[in-house]
Amino acid sequence: MTEHPFAITLDAGTSLANRTGSWRTSKPVYADHLPPCNARCPAGENIQGWLYHAESGDYRAAWEVLMRDNPLPAIMGRACYHTCEDACNRGRLDQAVGIHAVERFLGDLAIREGWRVEPGPPTGKRVLVIGAGPSGLSAAYHLARMGHTVTIADAGPKPGGMMRFGIPRYRLPREVLDAEVERILAMGVELRLNTAIDDIPRAMAEGGYDACFAAIGAHLARRVDIPAVAAGRILDAVSVLRGMETGAEPPKLGRRVVVYGGGNTAIDVARTARRLGAEEALIVYRRTREMMPAHDFEVEEALEEGVLVRWLSTIRRMDEGSLVVERMELDDTGWPRPTGEVETIEGDTLILALGQDVDTTVIERVPGVEVNKDRTIRVGPDLQTGHPGLFCGGDMVPSERTVTVAVGHGKKAARHIDAYLRGAPQESAPKHAVAGYDRLNTWYYTDAPRTVQPVLDALRRQTTFDEVKGGLDETTALFEARRCLSCGNCFECDNCFGVCPDNAVVKLGPGNRFRIDYDFCKGCGLCAAECPCGAIDMVEEEI
Amino acid sequence: MTQTVKFYQTGTLTVGNRLLDSDKRTVQASRNRSNALTCGHRACQGCGEALGARYAIDAAMRAANRDLVCVNATGCLEVFTTPYPETSWQVAWLHSLFGNAAAVASGVAAAMRVKGKATRVIAQGGDGGTTDIGFGCLSGMFERNDDVLYICYDNEAYMNTGVQRSSATPPAARTATTPAVGAAPGNVFGTGKNLPRIAMAHGIPYVATATVADLHDLEAKVTRAMGLHGARYIHILVPCPLGWGAASHDTIRLSRLAVESGLFPLFEAEHGEVTATTPIRRRVPVAEYLKPQKRFAHLFRPDAPGAQEALDRLQAMADANIRRFNLLSAEEAVR
Repeated sequence: MTEHPFAITLDAGTSLANRTGSWRTSKPVYADHLPPCNARCPAGENIQGWLYHAESGDYRAAWEVLMRDNPLPAIMGRACYHTCEDACNRGRLDQAVGIHAVERFLGDLAIREGWRVEPGPPTGKRVLVIGAGPSGLSAAYHLARMGHTVTIADAGPKPGGMMRFGIPRYRLPREVLDAEVERILAMGVELRLNTAIDDIPRAMAEGGYDACFAAIGAHLARRVDIPAVAAGRILDAVSVLRGMETGAEPPKLGRRVVVYGGGNTAIDVARTARRLGAEEALIVYRRTREMMPAHDFEVEEALEEGVLVRWLSTIRRMDEGSLVVERMELDDTGWPRPTGEVETIEGDTLILALGQDVDTTVIERVPGVEVNKDRTIRVGPDLQTGHPGLFCGGDMVPSERTVTVAVGHGKKAARHIDAYLRGAPQESAPKHAVAGYDRLNTWYYTDAPRTVQPVLDALRRQTTFDEVKGGLDETTALFEARRCLSCGNCFECDNCFGVCPDNAVVKLGPGNRFRIDYDFCKGCGLCAAECPCGAIDMVEEEI
Repeated sequence: MTQTVKFYQTGTLTVGNRLLDSDKRTVQASRNRSNALTCGHRACQGCGEALGARYAIDAAMRAANRDLVCVNATGCLEVFTTPYPETSWQVAWLHSLFGNAAAVASGVAAAMRVKGKATRVIAQGGDGGTTDIGFGCLSGMFERNDDVLYICYDNEAYMNTGVQRSSATPPAARTATTPAVGAAPGNVFGTGKNLPRIAMAHGIPYVATATVADLHDLEAKVTRAMGLHGARYIHILVPCPLGWGAASHDTIRLSRLAVESGLFPLFEAEHGEVTATTPIRRRVPVAEYLKPQKRFAHLFRPDAPGAQEALDRLQAMADANIRRFNLLSAEEAVR
């Protein structure tokens, strides 16, 4: 023992010797929770993951994260119905983050800059993809990234499937579609157009394919029998929209066009008719606006363009230049029933938009393949049919029929096909619990209202096929990306590091997040309470 | 369609922000902060005073280029940081008596001046050592305009000795010496002893209030104070989970609610005049602040005598603060 001054018996030391961690009854643990946007994305995008890079202006990195799941961001930023935004926690704070707008910005930027994706190292396996729609293109892209050799066969004259023949160009300009398809083909994917496959097993055997992904879509228009004096004036929506792309000149629809149906296709065809010069485009729907399957914003945009809608009505008969409609009413269960009250309305052309079915003639003949009652193809959770090595996706299988779902199917099928080719089971990482609004400490977020995308003026919307919605520029896209709350995942705001009264949080530097020093953490829970995004859980200690 | 790019969407109100230049982030966001009050101290879980002291002294250390002496009054802060023979302080630190921190600091400042050193001096203590026991020495330090920054960490009672009432204890609060019994339970509604306003009455160069809930505001005020010379005073509200009967994870939330209810106004004053106030962002009734605290639990029992009257009087105090400091002047405090 050293010499001490008078009355001093111990050496002065630091309190670091006092391990206050032993006081703790519960401990903070960093956790990653699933952001609600990611949880709701049918294409399985890591939305928060790419927004994170976009926030710092690193658009290339953002685009690369986005491209891990979705090869068509410029298309999806336009055509997707963005269920992610309905789930966005920011919607409860001020307004949801405009995810689709940022996605579109990134997609457009990538096209402008000519960013590419490299295929994976070759595996020597060959896969046949039937159908160059969103699902087939997505599968081809993911398979190519995994190193497989892919050939796409499509019966149509141009690639894109329903993205070309179903979505009008005022919602999806064809340059955008062509550019994103071209980027996939540039990875070495072979595309054979005007090639209908009528015997899948034979095509696979002859081409030496190890697996096949069929995504031929649902192109058969459903019809109803409507007595008509001039049957030629009854068209179906699929043919009209298809005719816009394939015909030498646009279909002739007449002055007064009546559309029968209440889905998005009905809206698309009515808006197309307006643009083709129809003085009147009237949608007749059996039920009410609330019950319409079409998305509300599309109905709204159609109404803005002068499309008329007649709710609770059915078409009984078509005469020369007029139609007889019957008024419906809702019964106690909310189902429409006829009232017997009829009325005559003017109309030169009737377009049926009553839904579509899958043409199963080819695939039905494949041994082992089963067809469901609703004409969809029965597949397992791995999207494989009863015929080993034949997978199906998109509108052919039971699910919601959107571009986003189709792109998701393509990715999922690619993973399972890859597993099938490797002879190993496909294993997905377990999903984290969803980060709900309750996890957030919203005090730390200040109000920042959503950026509004510019909209084309009304006259041009009624007379041209120019794109209706404009994109964000770099400034507004950055602003919008930064509105992300980073729900459930650390964004390195340093709050935990700052608010610990015991200095028990160690900052590990940019990108490396933080670590708790359990030697000193007393378990007060301040870090978890003050974490803005709910990325810290308090866990009971075993005592 | 251009908009100014702002950094607040994912938190300028947070401690740090990866999108901000590092010199615009808080001192606490830096891995190089002094940690003037380091690990191993014996403060209770979630101690507001330990947090407030590190916030304030780290900011002062940066402002003074780490050339700083701290003089501490007796109290929780002194006891939990320096149980013999340990210390949690990573700054030159001195303790003498309960009531003389301001006088000792005046002496240290005088000694530094005599020795020709630029070393800055801070005196610090709890509300007991400041508003009661050390009040005479503090007033003298103000009146002589000694070159000392005095920081009071106000947890509204003598917590270290077992939660006895101080002159900073709010009305109606239950303490060991003001039990929640009788017709007017808890502390009396006295005339109040608002030390920041008493300091302003001395006409000293700088007076400010702060809380541990708003770090940017607290650091800005300490930095401003360190940029001035003469007598300066900062009063920081630091919730005490033990004495207030609150959950340890609610320390920051309670400071925030104290501000948002209007009970603890945030302002700055120079030479006796208020120069700036921090507007309320999301106003709340005082009950929202009082309810999570067991020291006010008797105000929320059905049929408690005088409870509604007490709540009304506390709300009236908050409303008076909001009027006096014009705390609703801005619709929203977006910075």
